[in-house]
Amino acid sequence: MIFEYAPAPESRSVVTLRETYDLFVDGEFTPAKSDEYLTSLNPADETELARVAVAGEADVDRAVAAARRAYDTVWSRMSGAERGKYLFRIARIIQERSRELAVLESMDNGKPIKETRDVDLPLVAAHFFYYAGWADKLRHAGLGPDPRPLGVAAQVIPWNFPLLMLAWKIAPALATGNTVVLKPAETTPLTALVFAEICQEADLPPGVVNILTGAGATGRALVEHPGTDKVAFTGSTEVGRGIARSVAGTDKRLTLELGGKGANIVYDDAAIDQAVEGIVTGIFFNQGHVCCAGSRLLVQESIADELLPRLKDRVAKLRLGDPLDKNTDIGAINSAAQLERIRELTDSGTDEGVERWSPPCELPSAGYWFAPTLLTGVSQAHRVAREEIFGPVLSVLTFRTPQEAVAKANNTPYGLSAGVWTEKGSRMLWTAERLRAGVIWSNTFNKFDPTSPFGGYKESGYGREGGRHGLEAYLG
Amino acid sequence: MPVSHTATAPEATTDRALRAYLHGLPGVDEVGARARAQDLATRSIKTTAKAQAIDLAISMVDLTTLEGADTRGKVRALCAKAALPDPADRTVPRVGAVCVYPDMVATAVEALRGTGVGVASVATAFPAGRAPLEVKLADTRRAVADGAAEIDMVIDRGAFLSGDYLKVHDEIVAVKEACGPAHLKVILETGELVTYDNVRRASHLAIRAGADFIKTSTGKVAPAATPPVVLVMLEAVRDHYAATGARVGVKPAGGIRTTKDAIRQLVLVNEIAGPAWLTPDLFRIGASSLLNDLLMQRTRLTTGTYPGPDYYTQD
Repeated sequence: MIFEYAPAPESRSVVTLRETYDLFVDGEFTPAKSDEYLTSLNPADETELARVAVAGEADVDRAVAAARRAYDTVWSRMSGAERGKYLFRIARIIQERSRELAVLESMDNGKPIKETRDVDLPLVAAHFFYYAGWADKLRHAGLGPDPRPLGVAAQVIPWNFPLLMLAWKIAPALATGNTVVLKPAETTPLTALVFAEICQEADLPPGVVNILTGAGATGRALVEHPGTDKVAFTGSTEVGRGIARSVAGTDKRLTLELGGKGANIVYDDAAIDQAVEGIVTGIFFNQGHVCCAGSRLLVQESIADELLPRLKDRVAKLRLGDPLDKNTDIGAINSAAQLERIRELTDSGTDEGVERWSPPCELPSAGYWFAPTLLTGVSQAHRVAREEIFGPVLSVLTFRTPQEAVAKANNTPYGLSAGVWTEKGSRMLWTAERLRAGVIWSNTFNKFDPTSPFGGYKESGYGREGGRHGLEAYLG
Repeated sequence: MPVSHTATAPEATTDRALRAYLHGLPGVDEVGARARAQDLATRSIKTTAKAQAIDLAISMVDLTTLEGADTRGKVRALCAKAALPDPADRTVPRVGAVCVYPDMVATAVEALRGTGVGVASVATAFPAGRAPLEVKLADTRRAVADGAAEIDMVIDRGAFLSGDYLKVHDEIVAVKEACGPAHLKVILETGELVTYDNVRRASHLAIRAGADFIKTSTGKVAPAATPPVVLVMLEAVRDHYAATGARVGVKPAGGIRTTKDAIRQLVLVNEIAGPAWLTPDLFRIGASSLLNDLLMQRTRLTTGTYPGPDYYTQD
């Protein structure tokens, strides 16, 4: 028989969208001097969600000045314990409003409600709780006897985890006594604006957090603004390079969290069904819009014939569709531009002779969608093995010996993440020691925790976020 | 005692070959298996899907009474309920089978005559299985002679845990032979096997020895039919099907009391073994109190109101 799950959509009524959102500067929503707006779309059906102000240079000036004022007069003078109280309060409000935030995040980003509800929001609250706990213990973080904040932090975040990346940036910055001006991505600004409301609700002193919406030009103006002391960026390697160039020669501190092409190594003694699960989580979690995605599967040749049919069988069971349906596993691609990029790169693989497979999968007629895709017969020389696709596309390669696995895994300009699947502890440790990646997961993939530092090697950027190490980026 | 291999048993099995086979199976990562089961537990089953699932679950229930205090009267009452679960609503399907101790088989067969509901019996020195093989075989033959269509046998967990796989294997083969036309469900008692690696090995061992069904538990040991254990067993039957084209059934039993529990089991079946297993021929749920909850939820779906427990018979 066929057991069809009836649609189980989460209610949109928990979200109240305004028609237009202004900039959040100095504790108030104020119109942009530029008088320009952009529209945030729901990528699942291309409907317009809200108009959002575009911050120009004058707005950036204003926000940086507000952050400076708040830093000098209030925030840097406040005791750590007091700052901690604000952060705890924010964390609690996030928990209270988590359903609303989860639904809004799904609508704005296209990711399934299952992930916003069960992964994003719990982690967002956990980051604020975690760094709230550090606020009065900075002297015990191993970063010197009297660590000091840097000042005003300019933070630019991507569209793949809009609220989570905000938490990764804002929580440690505030805990350490810095004030911030944050620019969310132009396709996913809405939860950051609700976060601004949460700052008001928590009575956070004006100017401590400022949210400027806009696209690339706004981000550039913010990053290059001479009034900031620290730049934190998460996004593409290409943009990261530009930021590094613009910051070079100034005394600003910089952390970059950029692209990746993570290897997921499956040895022949791995627990095979859980490895299949980990491969799926590694690449299809968040539609593959994950910088640390396990986008290159390296499977030992001796089990490739057994593993691939199991993997295909599993991928065929993924449910693609309405992100607000609680049974959806794969949601929409975030934007038309990203969909185009995924198509272009995947097609280049086909042109280069790799084999392409997707399960029979009906894509919704409106919105931006891409079926989960496996590319087999991939070699290290193919573009799909070298460039970050940032979509639900897995490149499958094989290896014969552990040495070959490590060599192939490391043979990439990136170094953000890797996964190792084996039941043998010594092989696990041998491999992990040799992989050059910031995060190495053992018999799991894409697991995050506020206590665990995260960051990359090589073109995946520098600096660490999360954990005790994450404090260092905001202390002088 | 020497065991003759029937035509349905696999090729001659030695202790060494069996050990190599079972220990050559891929391992099960406990954390990963639990995470997958937990993930599938978040599937939201509503409206039409829920109505479909409830009727399917009812048709899969092995309505069970396995108490020392069982009486003929109680068994007859249970049989009446199995054939007509809700006298007020004749659209409710009958259950899969009634499951009783061997001495109650004749009573149950008599009570169920003409209803289409089969009788399953826990022959083989249930629940511990600690009796000589001759006793288990005699138990089985008697139950089948009394009219049991299905035999739920327990494996010798002591033999399994001490690595005497051949003994376990040969006992299953012998009981299968004693079953004759009756279907054999092999109870692994997963709570006593403890690790998921053992569950996977015991599943394949039972399948190889000729089980028609593999069953989690006796219901006398906790934990019983936990979702990750059922997941591992469903993977075993799926893998056996991929290798041989033959389908073996799965029966979780013990601890499944609510409609939500039952629906979660059906989701596991649907997404692990596949929709082909969504039939009472290949999936059963051993339960006693589950049926009333399924009936209450069914009434709530059809009428919009939730009836009290007194509207259903207590067994």
